[in-house]
Amino acid sequence: MAKVEFRNVRKSYGALQVIHGVDASVADGEFIVIVGPSGCGKSTLLRMVAGLEAITEGEIAIGDRVVNALEPKDRDIAMVFQNYALYPHMSVYDNMAYGLKIRGMSKTDIDERVKRAAGILELGPLLDRRPRQLSGGQRQRVAMGRAIVREPKVFLFDEPLSNLDAKLRVQMRFEIQKLHRQLGTTALYVTHDQVEAMTLAHRMIVMNAGRAEQVGTPMEVYDDPATRFVAGFIGSPSMNFLSGKGAGTGRVALAHGGIVRHANGQVDTGRDVVVGIRPEHLVECGAPDAMFSAVVELVEQLGADTLVHLRHGEDAAVVRQPHSRQREAGTTMHVTADPARVYLFDAGSGARIR
Amino acid sequence: MEKRVVFRSWWLPYVLVAPQLAITIVFFFWPAGQAVWQSLLAQDPFGISVEFVGLENFANLVADEHYLASFQVTAVFSLLVAGVGMSVSLLLAVFADRAIRGAGLYKTLIIWPYAVAPVVAAILWLFLFNPTLGVVAHWMRALGMTWDPLLDSGDALALIVIAATWKQVSYNFLFFLAGLQSIPKSLIEAAAIDGAGPGRRFWTIVFPLLSPTTFFLLVVNIIHAFFDTFAIVDAATGGGPGQATEILVYKVYKDGFKALDLGGSAAQSVILMAIVIALTVVQFRYIERKVQY
Ligand SMILES: Nc1ncnc2c1ncn2[C@@H]1O[C@H](COP(=O)(O)OP(=O)(O)OP(=O)(O)O)[C@@H](O)[C@H]1O
Ligand SMILES: [Mg+2]
Repeated sequence: MAKVEFRNVRKSYGALQVIHGVDASVADGEFIVIVGPSGCGKSTLLRMVAGLEAITEGEIAIGDRVVNALEPKDRDIAMVFQNYALYPHMSVYDNMAYGLKIRGMSKTDIDERVKRAAGILELGPLLDRRPRQLSGGQRQRVAMGRAIVREPKVFLFDEPLSNLDAKLRVQMRFEIQKLHRQLGTTALYVTHDQVEAMTLAHRMIVMNAGRAEQVGTPMEVYDDPATRFVAGFIGSPSMNFLSGKGAGTGRVALAHGGIVRHANGQVDTGRDVVVGIRPEHLVECGAPDAMFSAVVELVEQLGADTLVHLRHGEDAAVVRQPHSRQREAGTTMHVTADPARVYLFDAGSGARIR
Repeated sequence: MEKRVVFRSWWLPYVLVAPQLAITIVFFFWPAGQAVWQSLLAQDPFGISVEFVGLENFANLVADEHYLASFQVTAVFSLLVAGVGMSVSLLLAVFADRAIRGAGLYKTLIIWPYAVAPVVAAILWLFLFNPTLGVVAHWMRALGMTWDPLLDSGDALALIVIAATWKQVSYNFLFFLAGLQSIPKSLIEAAAIDGAGPGRRFWTIVFPLLSPTTFFLLVVNIIHAFFDTFAIVDAATGGGPGQATEILVYKVYKDGFKALDLGGSAAQSVILMAIVIALTVVQFRYIERKVQY
């Protein structure tokens, strides 16, 4: 087990820079999820930790060792790939034993470790099969087994669940959590799925276009997003954004009518801002109390919740209501929110205004 | 799921396969039948008398030490062609797979020889290695090696092996490269993380995963060495010196058209035909089972 540190890590492919200086430190035994949209550089960052991509600039340290110049095999890490990367010509047993054999471990030790891992992952009856004779979920477990028999300092996961169907994904998510509690090994886990990120992470690194926009626990990121991007990326349905201008202390005038009260600091009158309110924090109210009023465009019944889609001039907003009161499209809805739950962002840079 | 086409009229399917069938009959079954028939006959060199002799031609062959020697030459020759050719092409394919810059040019250069006719290839190598005129022979002499393919049987064999292999390298290369590129990169990366160095990764991961390609090429190369090398032998050594490079196909030609022993020659070609059919069956059996892992 070990801590992992990123110190101003950058990566370029030729002239194209794809990672623009990531700083983060991962504590010993922590489960860190790297999350972000497709192409933001998550895999690249993970592969630099693994040693599969060269680090263009900056440093990555595992434990107390800077690993920039080390080969993958000398970094004491194990990786689970999105396509599992099982050796197709070897049995499940040999897949797991391969790395141990190479390290010159004795047959009895190998056997003990493989059997133990197989026990944890319930792979016992499958040890003689070839990967192609396994289901997706079983392959996934073999890939994890291959990682845990090595007893590495750090586990690296690159979207390990994205090839599974929805139900299996939930189940495997639970198993990964259980496994981590059992083993306590530091883990870096890449995903673009914010639900996976929220449920698995001790802390998460939210990435956007090669930058780490925020590092924090899931609730910190949800309650206190650092940028407009993070606010929009985490949470489902995602946060509503409405354009407006500063209008005196604690007030923003919306571009398409209405005044939003907020608990943030001074915003210069006339400054362009973006107001962010999560769908679950918007509540229906009477006309006199409303922050704004808008036309109902569409109503989605999700069973427990109802999503009411509003049109507010050029802006759109979603209200999440706990129970369904039948609502007609075309009617007007008056909504308000707790000022403490109103976020403001700079209209240009997207930075949070506190 | 099986897809079946249902034809309205019963004769249409037969008409559709007729051209293919006609070609197969005219160019394969008919000459093959002729060969089998000829192999059962004995004819005097002037073609005056023909006599049915049953399996006597085959019995003669089995007892003929020249024929057995030719078999041995063919075996050595085809194993060398397949072995050397496949090793060299695999090595080149591994390089090409790794190459990032200039990969296109590199591949084109390796594929080129395939477009050269066998006779041209043989003559090219013959010139390069000609003891008196050849550039390579000149270098070899400068290095103190003796080289005389016209007199030394080992040198002669080496010459036709080089000429036959050279062309085949392009073909093997293409298949090996395609095979290498179909191995997911993440497998190699997983092995690297598991601690395997480049050599170990090659022998424990890449090579086993290439084995269907390797087996296919082995059969193709042996068939090539058995049958397609006639022009090379004819142009380069004419089977000599002595009988040192007289491979089976060449002997069929020599016995039939030079020695005019038509029956014996036909019997030899029947045996060759049996060998190629056996190889093809093995090949198909194997391909039907698809991959062995
Ligand atoms: N070998 C390469 N050469 C050039 N650019 C590359 C290379 N590999 C990745 N990139 C670029 O780097 C950026 C980050 O890629 P990366 O694979 O890390 O994204 P990702 O966040 O993992 O996305 P996804 O969720 O789709 O897997 C992308 O814009 C990609 O086009
Ligand atoms: Mg990725």
